[in-house]
Amino acid sequence: MLEIRNLHARAGNSDVLRGLDLTVRAGEVHALMGPNGSGKSTLAHVLAGRPGYTVTAGQVLFEGRDLLALEPEARARGGVFLAFQYPVEIPGVSNIYFLKAATNAIRAHRGLPELDAVEFLALVKEKAKLVSIDEELVKRPVNEGFSGGEKKRNEIFQMAVLEPKLAILDETDSGLDIDALRIVADGVNRLRGPGRAMLVVTHYQRLLNHIVPDFVHVLVDGRIVRSGGKEMALELEERGYAWLEKEPAPLGQP
Amino acid sequence: MSAVGVEKDLYREGFERFALSQDAAAEPAWLRERRTAAFARFVERGLPTPRDEAWRHTPLAPLTRGRFEPAEAHAAPGESVFRALPGAADAGTRIVLVNGRYAPDRSRLDAEPGVTLTSLKHALETQRAPLEAWLARVADGASGAFADLNAALAADAAVVLIAPGASPRGPIRIEHVGAGPSGRVAYARTLVVAGRTSECRIVESYASDSGRASLTNAVTEIAIEDGARVERCKLQVEGGDQLHVATLAVRLGRDARFVDHSLVLGAALSRDDIDVRFEGEGGECRLNGLFAVSGKRVADTHSRIDHAKPHCASRELYKGILDGQARGVFNGLVIVRPGAQKTDAWQVNRNLLLSGEALVHSTPQLEILADDVKCKHGSTTGQLDPEALFYLRSRGIGEPEARGLLTRAFADELLNLLPDDAVRAVAQRWLASQLGAAAGPSGGAA
Repeated sequence: MLEIRNLHARAGNSDVLRGLDLTVRAGEVHALMGPNGSGKSTLAHVLAGRPGYTVTAGQVLFEGRDLLALEPEARARGGVFLAFQYPVEIPGVSNIYFLKAATNAIRAHRGLPELDAVEFLALVKEKAKLVSIDEELVKRPVNEGFSGGEKKRNEIFQMAVLEPKLAILDETDSGLDIDALRIVADGVNRLRGPGRAMLVVTHYQRLLNHIVPDFVHVLVDGRIVRSGGKEMALELEERGYAWLEKEPAPLGQP
Repeated sequence: MSAVGVEKDLYREGFERFALSQDAAAEPAWLRERRTAAFARFVERGLPTPRDEAWRHTPLAPLTRGRFEPAEAHAAPGESVFRALPGAADAGTRIVLVNGRYAPDRSRLDAEPGVTLTSLKHALETQRAPLEAWLARVADGASGAFADLNAALAADAAVVLIAPGASPRGPIRIEHVGAGPSGRVAYARTLVVAGRTSECRIVESYASDSGRASLTNAVTEIAIEDGARVERCKLQVEGGDQLHVATLAVRLGRDARFVDHSLVLGAALSRDDIDVRFEGEGGECRLNGLFAVSGKRVADTHSRIDHAKPHCASRELYKGILDGQARGVFNGLVIVRPGAQKTDAWQVNRNLLLSGEALVHSTPQLEILADDVKCKHGSTTGQLDPEALFYLRSRGIGEPEARGLLTRAFADELLNLLPDDAVRAVAQRWLASQLGAAAGPSGGAA
């Protein structure tokens, strides 16, 4: 589903990604771990098409197509979803209106008819229940005045409504207490499925107790230096990242 | 002779013609005196020039160099003008003035109990006392040259008198419509007198045939007696070539309340002068305003809130949306007079620039001459938040639609305050037409 080959990218004026390779197949959950500044969030942003990043070499194929050539909205319509580390507050735009516009843009792209207000509200009800988010929250302006946990839950709710093929979760666990983390992780787990791939970016192993990945990758200095199974996360938690920074980059994928 | 001199002569001819007319001959002596005094002030002071501080950022040439003949007394506006006005479908109570003159066939004056809604001529026959007390008195010599010209030359007016204690339920609609050829000037005048402890809602609309390039010189006087409340919406949706110069003068009695919603959406050049004076303690005033201009249009609001008495509160929120090479001017002056203790004044102007070539001059001003007061003001001008734009796009919403959503959200903070759904609907349509894709479909409602 996603093939990243030799990706080099700059954030502003500094080189952050320096030859990153990663393959994610449908149905797989990959965790991407690494120390601060290793390029985890940069990768998430580059994949979503956030302005301010420049790809200097390499390519990214999503379902065989050049993802980097697409505008952010075209990527989303094609099935890419980024759960933001810092969801943006948008006063005056209601969550539900915004999501309806997004849903119908994506449906139009897939050749499906628009949902009317009644159909959309039914969908919202169903998905709100699935990810345990208060329906009242859904009606408020986008993220305005939400707590940290509510913002993250709203990201997962949006993901549930938009049904992406590839979900990128950028430090979705950061700033959450254990209860909030559990709720968010439960929501994510309910959205796992054979047609959907997930790339879970995190600094802490803790999240991976709740969202158990198929593969774990360690990113250091803009490259994946080690890949393994879910047990590698525990090893990282015990030993930290420093020992990996000294090792040469591994070859290929698990 | 200077261009301004020629213009003055033209206005003088107009005044002399008017003074000799049957309209004027039927008027009471006090009104003729007020007209003469206003015209004398105009002759003495002349039209404003770019050297006047109050006109420094506004192109005056179209207003002062044009030779405006008086607009036709009997002109027929196109049907589409009326269809575009708020509440067009409900055929409710309204007074329509075409080129400043009462249009009986378009009006429906069957007002609720306690409300007199009529033309100046009729009011002079039946309701002299409140007219003599307030007409051309609420807006006085301080209101400037255009208001003086209006006082001297407006042949007719919309008059709204609310009896003490009355509180009509529905809005009172006043529609000033411009029609006929270009190069004319129409004097649109409105007087509202809200008797003690009365409450009313006024919707004042300004519209004109499209393609017409004439001047509307509007003056609205609102006298709010003790304990009374007036909420007014002004909807300015004149055609894109029109010039619109308006003065709003408001006097508040003790414990009186005034709320204004000004929507400046039309005309090539639009200038609003607002002058609110507290004349009793405990008064409250809210001025909400939204201007949206694109192309090379200009929208200018100068407001002045005079805290002449203690224990009064004022709130002012003005927002501008500017696209293309449009220009906006906001100048908000709050004066706190000596002795006006416990004044609570708050004023904010926020502007959204949708293009790199649009420009706003924003000048909030506080002039505080009392020591026990709470006053705050602020002004911000910026572009759409790129973070918010990316967030929306990352969910599949196209860039034009995302810009539209955010622009509408910026406007909705004011549109959501409107007490009248029909006005909101018209304003939303106009925003979409003024700002094109940038204003998109409604983004506020769930």
